[in-house]
Amino acid sequence: MNASGTDLLLWVALPYICLAVFAAGHVWRYRQDQFGWTSRTSQLLEHRWLRWGSPLFHLGAFMVIAGHVVGLAVPASWTEAAGIGEHAYHTVAVWAGSAAGVAMVAGLGMLCARRLLTRRIRLGTDRSDKVLFPLLSATVLLGFLATVAHNVFGGGYDYRQTVSVWFRGLFTLQPQPEAVSGAPLLFQLHALSACLLFAAWPFTRLVHVWSAPIGYLVRPYLVYRRRSSTPAPVSGEAHRLPSRRAV
Amino acid sequence: MRVLAQIAMVMNLDKCIGCHTCSVTCKQTWTNRTGVEYAWFNNVETKPGIGYPRRYEDQERWKGGWMLDRKGRLVLRSGGRGKRLLSLFSNPDLPSLEDYYEPVTYDYDNLVGAPAGPDMPVARPRSVLTGRPASITWGANWEDGLGGAPEHAGGDPNLRGEWAEKVRFAFEQTFMFHLPRLCEHCLNPACVSACPSGAMYKRAEDGIVLVDQDRCRGWRMCVTACPYKKVYINHATGKAEKCTFCFPRIEAGQPTVCSETCVGRLRYLGLLLYDADKVGEAAAAPDERDLLDAQRGLFLDPDDPEVIAAARESGIPEDWLEAARRSPVYALVSTYKVALPLHPEYRTLPMVWYVPPLSPVLDAVTSAGGDQDDPDHVFAAVTRLRIPLEYLAELFTAGDTDVVAGVLMKLTALRSYMRERILGGTGDETALEAVGLTARQAEDLHRLLAVAKYRDRYVVPAAHKEDAAALTALENRCPVESHGGPAGRKVMLGIPALRRSAPEALAGGRP
Repeated sequence: MNASGTDLLLWVALPYICLAVFAAGHVWRYRQDQFGWTSRTSQLLEHRWLRWGSPLFHLGAFMVIAGHVVGLAVPASWTEAAGIGEHAYHTVAVWAGSAAGVAMVAGLGMLCARRLLTRRIRLGTDRSDKVLFPLLSATVLLGFLATVAHNVFGGGYDYRQTVSVWFRGLFTLQPQPEAVSGAPLLFQLHALSACLLFAAWPFTRLVHVWSAPIGYLVRPYLVYRRRSSTPAPVSGEAHRLPSRRAV
Repeated sequence: MRVLAQIAMVMNLDKCIGCHTCSVTCKQTWTNRTGVEYAWFNNVETKPGIGYPRRYEDQERWKGGWMLDRKGRLVLRSGGRGKRLLSLFSNPDLPSLEDYYEPVTYDYDNLVGAPAGPDMPVARPRSVLTGRPASITWGANWEDGLGGAPEHAGGDPNLRGEWAEKVRFAFEQTFMFHLPRLCEHCLNPACVSACPSGAMYKRAEDGIVLVDQDRCRGWRMCVTACPYKKVYINHATGKAEKCTFCFPRIEAGQPTVCSETCVGRLRYLGLLLYDADKVGEAAAAPDERDLLDAQRGLFLDPDDPEVIAAARESGIPEDWLEAARRSPVYALVSTYKVALPLHPEYRTLPMVWYVPPLSPVLDAVTSAGGDQDDPDHVFAAVTRLRIPLEYLAELFTAGDTDVVAGVLMKLTALRSYMRERILGGTGDETALEAVGLTARQAEDLHRLLAVAKYRDRYVVPAAHKEDAAALTALENRCPVESHGGPAGRKVMLGIPALRRSAPEALAGGRP
């Protein structure tokens, strides 16, 4: 290991600080601010841009996140072992990634535009939104540009040998700052802004991600709650009585 | 049999003068906060009319309530669970603010702050949302007293079929009445069933439907699912809010604010006992016109020893059973059957019922040259004058005019019988018999409809002391409390800086 001080700071200290803020921030907010924990819908105030922008952004984001999980968390050796060559992997990654990236960038652009141009929404914009929207846009654009510049039009850059190694090192507690320090500037900036985004995450509306209502698919339709904690006589497969706090 | 108690309401529409006192006092109590300026938990509409929000009764468009699928199963009209989750990103069936109205305040500062000059200073309207001067083009009751009706009221979704054309073309000559509306606190609430977070719930003790502000994540499916459009989004907090049936007052044994302040004394509050095991079956009645009877069939006779035993087993306290026996709501809904639910065809089994107005028929009798004090004339009108009858049937009985006619005849017979009695006569009981009332019942019903005092109109048993500790632990704050509450250390991450101190600033017209 012969990483410079700057490398250690940028690629070890900063990511760990951001991850710590991410974790502690969520615990703090979940315990202190259930009332503020919401997607903060603004569809009531503006729906024409949202109608296209929001689904584009969210569905694009799902694909992009899935791509990141595969690209960052799965070592190249595993995909090789599964019989997927470097060329095949890259072709799929570039095509699917580009489609997802275009959707996400277009959607986010529309969401930003409505936030800036619709006065009702601009006035209702929270301080946390003023951090979130630029940071999210920067991260998305940098990532998109890095892919376009290096892998669509450029000669191709195999981030799985560098950025991914660094990323996995953080979680295996064997940080390898030297793995990423030689990566192209766009990839580096994308990684750094992503770190900041994770640090800001718990203090913004992004927390609604953790409230994705998957449980709704299996819960009974009708919800009864009882004020007192005495065992409720109400029962039956179609109804439920929660024992949780009512407020 | 699983007995639950529900606090329910009946409104006698003949007495409603459309003064909006209920709406205003409700607004002052619950929705005078930033983010819900446009929301009226209680509003009064003129009928026929478009309503608030516009055309909310058009479920082809807004997809509210339940319907039966091809196999006869009860499903939400807005789609199944999967479809609902897919529309989280953008809900295609959500009314926009324009469907309600743009809330405004006035430049009151200008009245006292304008420099001296030859002209009187004026307070111009400003949008509460943008702070810019706004022209007022719509409101929660734009068509008050049929104002603008020739242009707008043709858009009333209840005006369907041939007879509706006649209403549309002869507006001034037809009829009108006022319809106060609030959350129906349904037995089969579509909003609760549509809430992806499980934040909405029906209280097992008194049936009040509430939104848990800490668990609402702003997915806004409840607004679409409610066919009465009585769940609102607070655009400052991003959470759903709705009529609470003034539960802090109800728990203290007091009537709701809208009932307490009703000038016409047309509201009744009381308990209904119902069999919760049969709710799903009743809501899924194959024929829409059977829904009224199916729902009435859920209500249990509080004097029946079997019901009392089952209620005790369910943990309903003795004083609540006593209140159920004195319930004016049970009398109007089940004993005398003069109250009807609003739009039973939505299949939510609503619990705010209405005594339909006789006045449209009486007006028609008078304008046809008849005598509205002669029951024969009114009976004839009820059976022959289709317009008001068809319209009332669209509202209250899924289109079944026989049921509405039956109620109106009952009211007519009662009216003429009591009129004779009060004028010193003995009263002709044949008309009463024709509508299935005895002289004794007629007097009771007359007392309930015409002279009932405060404690007869509002029979609200207080929540139980033994529950008090649990109550304060669970619901110790206003369910729709916004950021201005007493908790000084409250985290306000979700609230935009502009809105934090907004109410005063906005009231002055300078947001």
